[in-house]
Amino acid sequence: MSLKNIFTNHAQELENDINKYLEVVSNSNMVFHRDSLNFIKGNIEVFENSLDEISTLENSADDYQKEIKYKLYKYMLIPEARGDVLSLLENIDNIVDHMKKLLVQLSMENPYIPERLNEDFEELIELVSESVDYLIKCIRAYFRNISMVNEYVNKVDFYEHEADKIEERIKRKVFNELDLKEFSKKVHIRYFVEKIAEISDRAETISEITSVAAIKRRI
Amino acid sequence: MINALFFMSSGLFLGWSLGANDAANLFGTAVGTKMVKFKTAAIIISVFVIIGAVISGAGASHTLGALGKVSELPGAFIVALAAALTVFGMTNYGLPVSTSQSIVGAIIGWNLFANITTDINVLSKIVGTWVLCPVLSALFAALFYFLFSKTIFKFKIHLLKLDQYTRIGLILVGAFGAYSLGANNIANVMGVFTTSVNLPPLSIGGFFTLSSTQQLFMLGGISISVGVFTYSKRVMMTVGTSIYKITPVAALIVVLSSSTVLFLFASESLKIWLTSRGLPSFPLVPVSSSQAVVGAVLGIGLAKGGRNINLSVLRNIGLGWVVTPLTSAVISYISLFFMQNVFLLNVY
Repeated sequence: MSLKNIFTNHAQELENDINKYLEVVSNSNMVFHRDSLNFIKGNIEVFENSLDEISTLENSADDYQKEIKYKLYKYMLIPEARGDVLSLLENIDNIVDHMKKLLVQLSMENPYIPERLNEDFEELIELVSESVDYLIKCIRAYFRNISMVNEYVNKVDFYEHEADKIEERIKRKVFNELDLKEFSKKVHIRYFVEKIAEISDRAETISEITSVAAIKRRI
Repeated sequence: MINALFFMSSGLFLGWSLGANDAANLFGTAVGTKMVKFKTAAIIISVFVIIGAVISGAGASHTLGALGKVSELPGAFIVALAAALTVFGMTNYGLPVSTSQSIVGAIIGWNLFANITTDINVLSKIVGTWVLCPVLSALFAALFYFLFSKTIFKFKIHLLKLDQYTRIGLILVGAFGAYSLGANNIANVMGVFTTSVNLPPLSIGGFFTLSSTQQLFMLGGISISVGVFTYSKRVMMTVGTSIYKITPVAALIVVLSSSTVLFLFASESLKIWLTSRGLPSFPLVPVSSSQAVVGAVLGIGLAKGGRNINLSVLRNIGLGWVVTPLTSAVISYISLFFMQNVFLLNVY
C-alpha cells in the first residue's frame, strides 16, 4: 500500500458500507419474519403485495457486497482478515438469498398448512428470526468488540437448537397426528419446515465461522 | 581516498549485510502481509537509518572504541572483514548471529594480536547489555501488549479503523526503528574505522557541517540502504509470511519494543537527560536488533500466558553470545596475522 493510501481514510468509507450492508440483512430478516407470518396466518393478499420488498433488499445486499469486495481489494485493506470478512459477508448474503427464494416459493407453490400447525410455524419463524438477529449482532461484534462474539454465538446456538426442536415437532405432527390424507401435502409441509429451519442452521454455521475469525483477530 | 575506500569495503559489506537482514526486522510483517509496499518501507528505512547514524551514532561507537582503538586502516579492514565473514558463515549454516557480537569478537581478536589488554570493565558492560537487550525488549513488549489490548478493548475500535491505525503505526514505528538501528548499529559497521580514517569536515549547503566520523557514519548508512534496496525484500517476505506468523498489531508491538531498546542503548541525549536527574542510565552499546525482536516476540508470548513458547530460541540466543564473538575473534586473529606477514601491512 502506498503512503497516500495509508493516510487516506478509506477505512471510514468501508466501515459505512459494511454497516449499511448489515442493515440491509437485518431489514431482510424483518421482512421475511413479517411476510412468512402473513402467509401462515392466511393474509395472502398482504403477503403477495409486499413480495417485491425482499427482492429489492436482496439486490441491494448484493450491490453492497460487491462494493465492499471491490474496495477491500482496491485499497488493500485488512490483508490479514480480508478472507474471513469476505467469507462472512458472502455466507450471510446466502441467508438473504435463501429468505427471498423461500418467500417466492411460498407464493408460487402455496403449500397447504393446516390451522393446527399455525402456532408451531409462528414459533419456528420467531426462533429463526431471532437466530439471524443474533448472528448480525455477532458479526457487528466481530468488527468492533470481539469479546462479545462468543456470547452472541451462544445465543445463535440456543435459537438454532430450539428451532430444531420445533421443526421435529411439526414433522411428527404432520406424519403421525394430523388427519391429512394426501401424502404429497405432508411432504410439501415437511419441505417448507425444513427450508425455514435451514435459515437458523446457516446462521449457526456462520456464527461458528465468526467465532474462529474472532480468535484470529486477537493480538 | 580510493585507498581508504578499499579498506573500508569490509565495513561497507557489513553495512550491506545489516541492511539486507536487519531491515526485515522493522518492516518484515508489514511488507510480508502487504500492509506496506516494499518501496515505501525501503525509502523510510534508508532515510531514517542515515539520519540515526549521523545524528546519534557516536555514543555506541565510543564504547566500541573504548574496547579497542583499531589504529591502522588495514587492521580495521580485517576486523570488519572478520565480523562480516562470521556473520556470513553463521547465517549460511542457519545459526543465530548478531553483527554487534561479531564485531566485538573481532576487536578482541585485534587486541590479542596487538598485545593490548582488553578492558574487562568495558567488555563486561557490553556483554551485560547483550543479556539485558532481549530481556528488556520482552518486558517492553509485554507492557505494550497490555496497553494495546486494553485500548482496543476499551475504545471498541472497528476492525477497519484498527487496520488503518496499525498501518500508520507501522510506518511511524518503522521509521523510529530505522533511526534507532542506524544510531545503535552504525558503530558495528563504521566504528572500527573512526580512529584510522580522518576526513576533512564537510559542509552541507552551509546549513551544517559533518565531522569525519559523521561522514563515515553517513557512508555506512548508505551501505545499509543499499542492502535494504538490493536484498532485504526476500528476507522481509520470509519474515512476514513464514518464520513467525504474528498479527499486524503484534508486529507493531514487536518493532516498537525492539526499537525502544535499541534507542535506549544508543541515545546520548537520553543518557545525559537521565544522568542529569540522578537516574540510572543505559550504557551506549551496539546490541543485536534480531535478538531484541526475538525478545519482544517472547514477551508477547509470555503476556498471553506463556503457551507455545519455544525455549530452544532462548538456548540459541545464549549460544550466540559465546559462539559468535569467539568465532570472529579467531578469524580476526588469523587474518591479522596474514595481513601483517603476507601482505606486509601494519595492522596496529
